Amino acid sequence: MDRRDYLFRKLILALVTLLVVVVLDFFLFRVLPGDPVRSVIGRGVRITPENQAALRAQFGLDKPVFPDQFFDTLVQWATGNLGISWSLRQPVNQILAARLRNTLMLVSLGEFFAIILGIVLGLVAGWKRKTPLDVGALIFSLVAWSTPTFWLGIILLAAGSSWLGLPTGGVISPENIDKPFLAVLPDIGKHLILPTLTLTIVYLGEYMLIMRSSVLEVLSEDYILTAMAKGLSHWQVLYRHALKNAMLPVVTLVALNLGFTVSGAIYVETVFSYDGLGRLIQTALVKQDYPLLQGAFLLLAVSVILANLVADILYTYQDPRVRSA
Amino acid sequence: MSESWVLIKRNLQEFWRAFHRNKMGILGALLLGSAVLVAVFAPLLTPYLPTDTIRDESGLGMTFASPSVHPPLGTDDAGRDVWTTLVFGARISLSIGFLAGFISMFLGSTLGILAGYFGGWVDNLLMRVTDVMLVIPDLPLMLVLVATVRQLKLNVSPLVILVLVIGLLYWTSTARLIRSQVLSVKERQFVARSRAIGAGHFYIMRKHIIPQVMPLIVANTVLILSTSILVESGLAFLGLGDPTRPSWGAMLNFAFERNAISNNAWWFYLPPGLAIVWVTLGCVMLGNVLEELLNPRLTAHHLEGGENMISRKEANLATRPVNLNRNEPGSIAGERSGG
Amino acid sequence: MALESTQTLLSIRHLSTEFTGSGGSLARAVDDVSFDIHPGETLGLVGESGCGKTTTMLSIMRLLPSSGRITSGQILYDGVDLLSLNEREMRRYRWKEMAMIFQSAMNALNPVVTVGDQIREPILQHDLMDHEAADRRVDELLDLVGISKARKDQYPHQYSGGMRQRAMIAMALACRPRILFADEPTTALDVMIQAQVLELLQHVQRELGLSVMLVTHDLGVVAEVSDSVVVMYGGKVAEYGTSDQVYNSPQHPYTQRLLEAFPDLNAPGEVLASIPGYPPRLNDLPPGCRFEPRCDQRIELCSRLSPELEEVTNLDHGSLTSGSKPFLRHLAACHLCTSLEKRQ
Repeated sequence: MDRRDYLFRKLILALVTLLVVVVLDFFLFRVLPGDPVRSVIGRGVRITPENQAALRAQFGLDKPVFPDQFFDTLVQWATGNLGISWSLRQPVNQILAARLRNTLMLVSLGEFFAIILGIVLGLVAGWKRKTPLDVGALIFSLVAWSTPTFWLGIILLAAGSSWLGLPTGGVISPENIDKPFLAVLPDIGKHLILPTLTLTIVYLGEYMLIMRSSVLEVLSEDYILTAMAKGLSHWQVLYRHALKNAMLPVVTLVALNLGFTVSGAIYVETVFSYDGLGRLIQTALVKQDYPLLQGAFLLLAVSVILANLVADILYTYQDPRVRSA
Repeated sequence: MSESWVLIKRNLQEFWRAFHRNKMGILGALLLGSAVLVAVFAPLLTPYLPTDTIRDESGLGMTFASPSVHPPLGTDDAGRDVWTTLVFGARISLSIGFLAGFISMFLGSTLGILAGYFGGWVDNLLMRVTDVMLVIPDLPLMLVLVATVRQLKLNVSPLVILVLVIGLLYWTSTARLIRSQVLSVKERQFVARSRAIGAGHFYIMRKHIIPQVMPLIVANTVLILSTSILVESGLAFLGLGDPTRPSWGAMLNFAFERNAISNNAWWFYLPPGLAIVWVTLGCVMLGNVLEELLNPRLTAHHLEGGENMISRKEANLATRPVNLNRNEPGSIAGERSGG
Repeated sequence: MALESTQTLLSIRHLSTEFTGSGGSLARAVDDVSFDIHPGETLGLVGESGCGKTTTMLSIMRLLPSSGRITSGQILYDGVDLLSLNEREMRRYRWKEMAMIFQSAMNALNPVVTVGDQIREPILQHDLMDHEAADRRVDELLDLVGISKARKDQYPHQYSGGMRQRAMIAMALACRPRILFADEPTTALDVMIQAQVLELLQHVQRELGLSVMLVTHDLGVVAEVSDSVVVMYGGKVAEYGTSDQVYNSPQHPYTQRLLEAFPDLNAPGEVLASIPGYPPRLNDLPPGCRFEPRCDQRIELCSRLSPELEEVTNLDHGSLTSGSKPFLRHLAACHLCTSLEKRQ
């Protein structure tokens, strides 16, 4: 298959998905009842009908929802203006940017460890199958997959804070909030330990399972026999021939998982009171802060679409069969 | 009896023979089965009602009483017996899980069969829709959907909303799986023969396709169950369940929100999670085994051996006959070791 | 044993290999197999699917899967018993002394590694030369098999079927082995390519003085290229002799029926013969001769006692000199060929 064709198709798919997401995001919140103006002002504040109408005009709420409000909003979003948060009285994109950074730190660390450990352990488990190591790895994976992320977080939080004195939540200790990033890195690091560990354990199980079964499949292929026949040692065969082929499904899985990773982060962020995107969505829901919610949802969806696209591109470099014939 | 059903009966017998020897499958079935029994017989397993407050001698409600004070699992922040809430919670968790799972399964299987059988634009449409759905992050979408529907104040139980939202979002993997199975079944002889004698589409689907994909559907349903139970517990944890009828996830929501952690009330936050792991693990093990038995794979492995390969001692012959597959050209005679 | 081993390169003596099936049952895939390969000789190992020929080959190179075990015998290569070596020592023999080619090159070549790299790998592995010299050697090999050097950096899926097979041959010859094991090398190819590949094999063999063990169920191919033939059935050797001996005066009833089943272009109207019945289950073997249930010449002894591989008696072979192996005798495992009772 031509690589260009493949990527072109994926690009079209990404754009279509983006369109769906945007439409969904817009109309979903318009369905919600409740007067946005009232939410901004707060209840219990009296306001004249004229002022109310003026405010509505200011927010553009007097125009018909479709097409005016819809396209206005689209243009706004395209230029990066995601509106003003009703509860926090700040531009949404500013809020999102700060939270995004926190979530990215957490999620990338967790994924990183999970991928490395998953690949290594999966490789060893597949190679040494049916030994106690393999059986242990299998059991661990199954249990890890069956464990709710937030519950694992609760346990680690309880154990970590009482036995190891690790912080019980937050991104950073309150006294360090305005200090320069690099200076407070150790503090941030301490706060990241438990949530990262939680994420790593949860994803590790899945990656290890996939890697293991991929390894088993690869090891039954004829070219492995060829490699053995060439007089290579087990380790050489594993590393040079099995690994590259066995990793392909894992790469695909990592890409597919990216959307779910951030979702899983919602749980971890909630348990550890970690001020990332996930927690933001949660609190915005509760407070009915729709611009914030809309913006957060849009950002999440777009980043997943982008991440998948990037993963598709990377995959074509890994598997030569997907390149131009 | 049509060919397909005869095949099914034979397959079932073979299946049972293989299954009852498989330890993981039996264990999975036990885990799941015991949970179902607990849910069904909940009122018989505890003297209390979930709403009862446990009081001490002076009449005060005992909050966060440990299991040593009030066996077997102590009380929660409102003085209710944790064990009772747990066993009644089983009913909620499992029913939502099952219902949502069945909706997903039904939707996914139907769409998968239709897409696989008819092909063409039907298939294309399904593939594009699943492609898009797979990219949209599920949890944020569900949060937004549930919150939106609740805002509409439709006078519907939050549990029903959960069931619908979960069921409508998790059918995609089933659909794809069933579709590819249907694609291969479609090519088989008896389908072509049926078509040749002029059988209608739905007749063929009913008599031939469905029996062939049914085993896979069953296996997949169990796995989908594990997902829906996990997802429900997550959504309940975030507060989207019904506080008056708490599932295990909702119990964990209470535990978290009401400071069970800082109060060291491990009896409140450990058991519900363990229950979730218990059931999910059961579904996963059972589901994996079912899938394995219906999708036999090659298990030759070139990287084992070494000196183990040579043993000049006389080996004793076991007595159980095994049908070894020797009819592939160039294959290693008699080699198909058990998985 | 009546085989003489003068100047033999590879000598297999009483080799037996078993497989453990699920549930612990054992199948003896190779039972008391013996034969020799001499320098420059092409030996054809023929038989039906499942007769143990591939297992024999894998046993020699000690590349059995986890469920297989060599239970007895000797594999003498240049006088050294390969079965007495440990794994690390054995690795030095692999590819350097004995190499393999497979039925399907598409599966035997790693899809994500370039062909050039795959050919180069064993050269560097066995420490034969430095990188530049190895590169030159790769070019040499590609030349030898008729593949353009420009294709060195391509991947297997970019080659045509026949080209892949030739690349596999080039790869096998990388370390100048003395024996080449070929497992059904032409079975998956269409007739034109088959001819090309066979020609290449013969050419290469002549150039390099290579011995070849050709494992196949295709009698025609064996007839074309082999000096000697081993016919296997049910894990045992049924007949062993030079090509001439086995094709022109087959002794074992199985060989006879096998040759009859082969269509003769010179007599197109003949009804195709086939052998009724099925090969034996290797985990449930009869006490007597394995072919006995399907044999039309069986006598009472055949069902009781499994015949040994012995020299054929009472028949005229024509000239005892055949090709380059004048001292090779014609052996068969059949009571009728080696006892005094004559058959028609």
